[in-house]
Amino acid sequence: MGTYVPNTKDEQLRMLKEIGLDSMDQLFEAIPKEVKLGSPLDIPKGMSEMEVSSKMKKIAGKNKVYETIFRGCGAYRHYIPAIVKQVTSKEEFMTAYTPYQAEISQGILQSIFEYQTMICELTGMQVSNASVYDGASAAAEAVIMSKERKRKKALVSASVNPMIIETITTYISGTDMELELIPVKDGLTDLESLKNKLDVNTSCVLIQQPNYYGLLEDGDAIGSILADTDIKYIMSCNPISLGVLKTPAEYGADIAVGEGQPLGLGLSFGGPYLGFMATTEKLMRRLPGRIVGETKDSQGRRAYVLTLQAREQHIRREKASSNICSNQALCAMTAAVYLAAMGREGIRQAATLSMSKAHYLAERLCEIDGYDLVYEGEFFNEFVTTVNADVDVVLKALSKHGILGGYPLEGSDRRQLLWCATELNTKEEIDSMIQILNGVSG
Amino acid sequence: MKLIFEKGNKNRGLDLMPECDVPIRQVATGYERKKELNLPHLSETEISRHYTKLAKRTFGVNNGFYPLGSCTMKYNPKINNEMAGLPGFSDVHPLQPIDTVQGCLEVYRLAEKYLTKITGMDAIDFQPAAGAHGEFTGLKLIWAYHQDRNDSRRDKIIVPDSAHGTNPASASMAGFTVINVPSTEDGFVDVKALREVVGDDTAGFMLTNPNTIGLFEEHILEITSIIHEAGGLNYYDGANLNAIMGVARPGDMGFDVVHLNLHKTFSTPHGGGGPGSGPVGCKDILVKYLPSARIIDIDGRLSFEDKNEKSIGRVKDFYGNFLVVVRALTYMMTLGSEGLKDASENAVLNANYMLHKLKDTFEVPFGNGRCMHEFVISLEGLKKEKSVSALDFAKALLDRGMHPPTMYFPLIVHEALMVEPTETETKETLDEAIELFKDLYNKACNDPDAMHNSPTSTPIGRPDEVMAARNPILRYKF
Amino acid sequence: MSKIFYAKSHEWVEFLDDTTARVGISDYAQSELGDLVFVSLPEEGDEVAVGESFADVESVKAVSNVYSPVSGTVKAVNENLLDQPELVNSDAMDAWFIEVENISDKADLLTEEEYKKLIEE
Repeated sequence: MGTYVPNTKDEQLRMLKEIGLDSMDQLFEAIPKEVKLGSPLDIPKGMSEMEVSSKMKKIAGKNKVYETIFRGCGAYRHYIPAIVKQVTSKEEFMTAYTPYQAEISQGILQSIFEYQTMICELTGMQVSNASVYDGASAAAEAVIMSKERKRKKALVSASVNPMIIETITTYISGTDMELELIPVKDGLTDLESLKNKLDVNTSCVLIQQPNYYGLLEDGDAIGSILADTDIKYIMSCNPISLGVLKTPAEYGADIAVGEGQPLGLGLSFGGPYLGFMATTEKLMRRLPGRIVGETKDSQGRRAYVLTLQAREQHIRREKASSNICSNQALCAMTAAVYLAAMGREGIRQAATLSMSKAHYLAERLCEIDGYDLVYEGEFFNEFVTTVNADVDVVLKALSKHGILGGYPLEGSDRRQLLWCATELNTKEEIDSMIQILNGVSG
Repeated sequence: MKLIFEKGNKNRGLDLMPECDVPIRQVATGYERKKELNLPHLSETEISRHYTKLAKRTFGVNNGFYPLGSCTMKYNPKINNEMAGLPGFSDVHPLQPIDTVQGCLEVYRLAEKYLTKITGMDAIDFQPAAGAHGEFTGLKLIWAYHQDRNDSRRDKIIVPDSAHGTNPASASMAGFTVINVPSTEDGFVDVKALREVVGDDTAGFMLTNPNTIGLFEEHILEITSIIHEAGGLNYYDGANLNAIMGVARPGDMGFDVVHLNLHKTFSTPHGGGGPGSGPVGCKDILVKYLPSARIIDIDGRLSFEDKNEKSIGRVKDFYGNFLVVVRALTYMMTLGSEGLKDASENAVLNANYMLHKLKDTFEVPFGNGRCMHEFVISLEGLKKEKSVSALDFAKALLDRGMHPPTMYFPLIVHEALMVEPTETETKETLDEAIELFKDLYNKACNDPDAMHNSPTSTPIGRPDEVMAARNPILRYKF
Repeated sequence: MSKIFYAKSHEWVEFLDDTTARVGISDYAQSELGDLVFVSLPEEGDEVAVGESFADVESVKAVSNVYSPVSGTVKAVNENLLDQPELVNSDAMDAWFIEVENISDKADLLTEEEYKKLIEE
């Protein structure tokens, strides 16, 4: 049996004696007999580190790690600079709790302050929080943030990732808010329909940029529809794309949110990821979660602290607008180290490479009979095509060659795939996949 | 210390990306970013040194004793991290075909097996990303349960006044009204008061047990049956599960739904504030409302069942903080049945040992000298007589290289310090801490002014929090 | 005779005429709360009612409700407090929160002397 208890049995006995007890059982005398377990836990015996390691490796071995991935849909495989993992596995960062004691937590606090600054820079917004769980919960928190006494209807585009829509629905299901979907036309948010749905009860409009189908929404048009209204414009965006694409602030958004996973976090079967949230100074006090601010210490030195805490659950209790406590601090630091390593040029390159590869991939795919782009609009690094066979057949053929193909879209009669490319996909990979697909067709 | 933006030179940077091997595509007109993107421009050396410097200004469990009550800051075993780093776990796309992620499903399934046995629940859902997220999820299950039975007038969640702030916050976020129930002079739930507030509008009751002052609720079965008899459900906040693994189970105490904090009880690192993992466990009656699809085993092949139409819906992307679950599973497999119990026993022993040695010096408002895995002392006397507050005491501890206990929690104790040593500390560490506490107590009596000025040996002195909140500076301005 | 009265929940009210008054928090209240970092205020036109919370005040570690000693309609709010909550600490009697008109009801109010007695207890 493995153990992390350092005290020997002998020491334990001595300590018990000092308290005036003879056995461990006596420590639990306060627990009523009726609820005490009569027998040991019905789980396997403990193992040595070597055995556990070998067992876990076997389990990990049952997963397939694809050499090549052409699938995104909310989780993206980008290149992670070597320094990122090295920095974030430092024991101090890994094992610290939330920085409640500012004097011995300046490292974590400063790193969050730097992260907040980088998120503001990426999105163009003025204020960022220290992170929330992921992109979906960030969107849900933003929707709740937009609620006003007389505005309780959230309009969410149907071109937003369905997982995000479902999460928002769950989050608001107990509140007096309601969610209405804006229909999609040609893969994009239908602007006419959006206009018709706006009313005095509307609290926000949420779109995703690029959207679920990879397309670029007409963010300016939506921005002008919402300009001079009290309706909050919420944009969920891909952070890498912001290296080259117009920022939420430039579109006139009030709240920018998104999934930060592309910023140096692994795929990790879906988590831990990173939800980022940024907003305007005007909405600063409505932002949920922890926020780090700059101040001075008793000797006038620059210092960082958790601030604006009266918004939060530990003070406001049932009146808090969000219950978030633990967030994704180490993932936020990962994103910050990633952005520091990449720099402006690096991010721009990653974005441009991803977009270029995706367009090359699209072109090559469309050379195959039966493969066509489903939508005409501009896209970043994801797009939808038809396929010329059942998607399962196509995907299996690719899988055999270590390639994870596009994601089969639901409701498309299993005839559409959502593809993705990043800087990691080489021309060679793309070309050889096209060859394989040519073999599948016909 | 300089910010990362104040270092480096405009032309510095790392060479990370290759030349583009396909035709370069520029962003279409009207979609381009106009605003210049300001990011650090540093060499790898400078980045490395910057973060090493930040690490030096950070205190983790590996830097010293960290008896932060209710947070269970136990040692984070290295093997857990090594397993989480296996490419077979860390480089798997969440939307891969089911036959290529059998290992991931097995992790969830095994972790579920362990945790159902430890808690006495029937199912576990790993989607919630942290404790508060688990609370919200668990409360939505209660909400769905009553809705499903056409009993929607049940909109009240009862919470003890000693509860963690997330409890009432989660309840109101899930759409409930919060009813606070007082504690008795002994620090337990006031059973009489509880009887008075329950009724046909009671949806449920939330409790941490051992409770937030480190005592096991002596009338737990009576409490949970009062709620059940009124038609409500019982919610177990797993923040303090570290006291009772292998000794008692929430499922046997009358709880219907629990959340666990894998980053507390199950040794996963807290990362300076996250990521955690807050799986929710429940009894059979609630399983159909869980956010995730259940994993089933058909002849050795694992797959997801179709999601129940009564599910409350997802609370996050994908399946949860998977790598945190990998760490927790590694831990549970290492310790096993006896090891988990041994961990709880020693957690309780260490806490009682410290309490025993401190109780003659410090005021201990509850427990008659005994506790479970943590205990609360009050510095109200020191504050009155010497004007040394719990905050002053905590700050003085910083100068002695120890992380202070949790301050000012629970709210029902004035000038509270909540001490949770955990099982992974040696007797020597505890003895040193005990001496340190006593020494500082004497210092507080003899030289209170020195306490007011501490800390003096840390990278910064006390920060001006009022200034930070009145004039928020939340980002660096380029 | 002073037109300033106090509520037991530590707000002051100054009647400008029979149906109009300004409301703030007492000096005792501000000193108990400590350095205020934020004051949230209602909007003009909002209705306030006796004993109901119409604003909250935040210090670094706490947030407290401010209860209305009168029922009526908010005619004006002191927006200076949004930028400078410290005004409440420096002169609580000058730092009014809201001006209420169409006052239809008021709490059992105390005179300054009665209030002084209350806080001495």
